[in-house]
Amino acid sequence: MSYQLPKFRHPELPVNDLGYTRADYEGAISTLCAGCGHDSISGAIVRACHELSIEPHKIAKLSGIGCSSKAPTYFLGNSHGFNSVHGRMPSVVTGAALANRDLLYMGVSGDGDTASIGMGQFAHVARRNLNMVYIVMNNGCYGLTKGQDSATADRGSASKKGDPNIYSAIDLCGTALQMGATFVARSFSGDKEQLVPLIKAAISHRGFALIDVVSPCVTFNNNSKSTKSYDFVREHAEATGTIDFVPMHSEITTHYQPGHAHEVTMHDGSSIRLYKMDESLNPFDRRSAVNVLEEHRYSGNILTGLIYMNLDSRDLHEVLETSQRPLNALDESDLCPGNKMLVNINASLR
Amino acid sequence: MKPTDTKNPEYFHKVVDCQYACPAHTPVPEYIRLIAAERYTDAYMINWQSNVFPGILGRTCDRPCEPACRRVRVEEQPVAICRLKRVAADNKEDIRDRLPEIPKTKNGKRVALIGAGPASLTVARGLAPLGYSIDIFDNQFAGGGMMRSQIPSFRLPIEVLDEEVNYILDMGINAVFDIQVESLREILEEDYDAVFVGTGAPRGKGLNLPGLEDAMPNVYLGIDWLSSVAFEHTRSIGKRVLVLGGGNTAMDCCRTSRRMGGEDVRVVVRSPFEEMKASPWEKEDAANEGIPIYNNHVPKEFVVEDGKLKGMHFEKVEAHYDDEGKRTLVPTGEDLVFMEADDVLMAIGQENAFPWIERDLGIEFDKWEMPVVDPVTFQSTNEKVFFGGDSAFGPENIITAVAHGHQAAVSIDLFCRGEDVHNRPPPHVSQSSQKMGVHEWSYDNAVANDLRYVVPHAPLSKALKNRKIEVELGFDTETGYKEAERCLNCDVQTVFDELRCIECDACVDICPTDCITFTTNGTEEDLRQRLEAPAGNLAQDLYISADLPTMRVMVKDENVCLHCGLCAERCPTTAWDMQKFLYNVSKAGE
Ligand SMILES: Cc1cc2nc3c(=O)[nH]c(=O)nc-3n(C[C@H](O)[C@H](O)[C@H](O)COP(=O)(O)OP(=O)(O)OC[C@H]3O[C@@H](n4cnc5c(N)ncnc54)[C@H](O)[C@@H]3O)c2cc1C
Ligand SMILES: Cc1ncc(C[n+]2csc(CCOP(=O)(O)OP(=O)(O)O)c2C)c(N)n1
Ligand code: SF4
Ligand code: SF4
Ligand code: SF4
Ligand SMILES: [Mg+2]
Repeated sequence: MSYQLPKFRHPELPVNDLGYTRADYEGAISTLCAGCGHDSISGAIVRACHELSIEPHKIAKLSGIGCSSKAPTYFLGNSHGFNSVHGRMPSVVTGAALANRDLLYMGVSGDGDTASIGMGQFAHVARRNLNMVYIVMNNGCYGLTKGQDSATADRGSASKKGDPNIYSAIDLCGTALQMGATFVARSFSGDKEQLVPLIKAAISHRGFALIDVVSPCVTFNNNSKSTKSYDFVREHAEATGTIDFVPMHSEITTHYQPGHAHEVTMHDGSSIRLYKMDESLNPFDRRSAVNVLEEHRYSGNILTGLIYMNLDSRDLHEVLETSQRPLNALDESDLCPGNKMLVNINASLR
Repeated sequence: MKPTDTKNPEYFHKVVDCQYACPAHTPVPEYIRLIAAERYTDAYMINWQSNVFPGILGRTCDRPCEPACRRVRVEEQPVAICRLKRVAADNKEDIRDRLPEIPKTKNGKRVALIGAGPASLTVARGLAPLGYSIDIFDNQFAGGGMMRSQIPSFRLPIEVLDEEVNYILDMGINAVFDIQVESLREILEEDYDAVFVGTGAPRGKGLNLPGLEDAMPNVYLGIDWLSSVAFEHTRSIGKRVLVLGGGNTAMDCCRTSRRMGGEDVRVVVRSPFEEMKASPWEKEDAANEGIPIYNNHVPKEFVVEDGKLKGMHFEKVEAHYDDEGKRTLVPTGEDLVFMEADDVLMAIGQENAFPWIERDLGIEFDKWEMPVVDPVTFQSTNEKVFFGGDSAFGPENIITAVAHGHQAAVSIDLFCRGEDVHNRPPPHVSQSSQKMGVHEWSYDNAVANDLRYVVPHAPLSKALKNRKIEVELGFDTETGYKEAERCLNCDVQTVFDELRCIECDACVDICPTDCITFTTNGTEEDLRQRLEAPAGNLAQDLYISADLPTMRVMVKDENVCLHCGLCAERCPTTAWDMQKFLYNVSKAGE
């Protein structure tokens, strides 16, 4: 068993605007099971952050408990990290984000961590539209505790040693839409071509961005009776369309078929291009998103891709009109504005 | 692209860069692992089978394997392959009981070998164990050829040479020394079943410059001078020595001069420093011994006063290159440079000479007076006469002579058995999984970050006193172990089984050097544009799988694979396996 990644990298790895290679965004060597989907998602996060040229020290990765929540150790080794308690990642992010709005908050959670013990926190962080990326590594089971069905396991799906699940599944995308999330997407760990641009778009989005990533648990839930296995997902995934992420200032080099593409400019000046496959979906309309999700549920297919994005999203900071600067950048004169200001405030309350 | 045919042994052979580059295809990583396991005798024997002179080559090899070493593509320096070979040789036990047995009853076939250099000795090593009766003729007093007459003792101690030459001569070979073969006809008339010509490229080239005649008593051809030093006919040289030429012979001449009384020894070469033929380490060693190299100086004339050599004039030049990169040396127009000299050594090249081969024996010679020799079988146009080593295609090096010798022995054996010499035996190959447990391998798969270890040298003050004192001291076993650990085990192959792959991407994600891509198939040119990392090294192959369930293929760029086994460790279905691939060139009789 290798405990260390060799130091050598491909000598011609591309460097980003900051002069960093992808290797600068890697973490420790993974201790997850060989073939775990979570590792691929880690790889996609590394790729997205590298390609967006985000300074590693401007990222905070936070998680709860589970194999998925261990994953942040295996990416962004030069970023801030907080491995919190089971289901409590959202409240820790909320605190951190309110204190320092300048960091990119990358929350990583599992389906157990989110849809069971953390359901309440998940609902409220979505509802508050906290500016963060929330990635669920969704394997339909509690991988870390040996594969018990989770709340996202489909009815009738059976894990390796288990009986068919008798409960109905929680659809995290649907729940997030109901709760007021402003960016909702679903993807598959085995499809980086789709996942990487979705992560980039989620990072650029201002507000709560959920990506529910189906991520097979090779050890406990990758069997023929499971609906979260590599084979099942490959056979049943149906993409809303493809998405390209165009960073700010970058030249558009690819040629697109006219008429199919829909270009949307994001808050930070970058834009995304959507090539719709599913004509019935308007991803900028919540009702349409809810309907299409529901239809796919009935047909037994897994809808992937961008499902919903609110272009007018106002995140928690805007709504609360919080300080533009991180709290640690406020000095004494900001915090104790003096007697004159106090008099004004008192007067306004009279 | 078509799926890679890994059943063809040449595919994985090429992945083992060092072994592939070695003219004798020595299984390098296999013996390096044995050194790390302190199994020096076993490591020595692997070498001996392939290259016959491990102790000699561990000190003197031209080491074409090292620039080919994979490590050069991921860091600065190759594994010190050559010096590890010496570690095996220095630390082995008595190997005599491991040498092939020589049959008491001979097979009735007689073979004459002319010249007793590495090429002929290798032929003897191949044929003697098969029962051939072998006569070997050489004009020196002992075997070894230029390894004895040219390579100075401070690089190759005589005991090391004798030991390895004698392993062969002791195989019941009839060696006739101190004999100049003057006529091939006479040899052929002796009714040998086959004759091998391994006489090397014995003639030094000279420069006929103005003043040469008067300067003559103090001007020597480099290779003649070196052999006269080796055979102790020459015991000293003047204080001021000019060595003309930029190859390894020039380096041996100047370093020997420093040990024979030369104080102001200079190497003067026409070409720019970077283009000198000498190996970088030879130039370094000369520099360490306080020998300056004057480049871009073209020798013009000998300056003789009162019948005595005073020095030489040189013209300063600059290298100019045309669009095709062809070089011309253009004079700078500066005044001629004068350098004082008591003696001048001309080390500007060697050539072949076959005055003793009659031209009516059915051996065709080309317009350069070189015999026409088949590069695979080493047979000449007289089916009984074979050539190898420097005599076949001009001066090369020991390991090339050995490689030729092996192939010539195969041909001679086929020929003497009445078989077609073009019917070459296939290589011996074996392939075996290195898996010991879920994540455990029977090779040390961790990649060492250590930089190349430096071989210690004898102190200069001591080394320059005596030409017989070996300069390089070799690695001790501890450093040898550490250096051995730098080997990436390129012979432990990544073998892919598409029927097992579930396309989870785990191998793609873990691979530290981004070798693996799953994508739709295309032409090689197109695929090389679409891989995880740039794939511009066209000398390195792409390994392509058959179609996978998603109709993609697995493409692995062999270029910078570290053979770390992580892909196989991370694969949940053992679609990747690490398999040791051993490749041995077939020898005579195999
Ligand atoms: C100065 C110098 C340094 C070198 N250093 C190295 C080195 O460090 N590493 C390396 O790999 N290579 C080195 N080489 C090259 C290497 O020595 C030769 O390539 C190699 O020895 C060739 O082997 P061979 O068997 O073809 O012939 P040789 O080694 O040349 O042997 C031929 C033998 O045949 C004898 N012979 C020739 N004609 C006749 C005849 N008519 N009758 C009887 N005997 C005859 C010769 O005297 C000689 O003994 C060096 C060469 C020189 C000149
Ligand atoms: C408060 C608390 N309750 C229960 C546990 C036990 N536990 C550890 S991980 C886990 C479920 C993890 O499932 P998920 O979030 O889906 O992660 P996965 O391992 O599947 O990636 C549970 C219930 C715990 N660690 N803490
Ligand atoms: S138990 Fe399942 S989820 Fe956990 S590391 Fe293993 S494969 Fe991944
Ligand atoms: S052995 Fe596998 S993981 Fe290691 S470098 Fe080669 S392809 Fe990559
Ligand atoms: S890790 Fe194994 S199963 Fe997964 S993609 Fe690589 S070869 Fe296929
Ligand atoms: Mg889970």
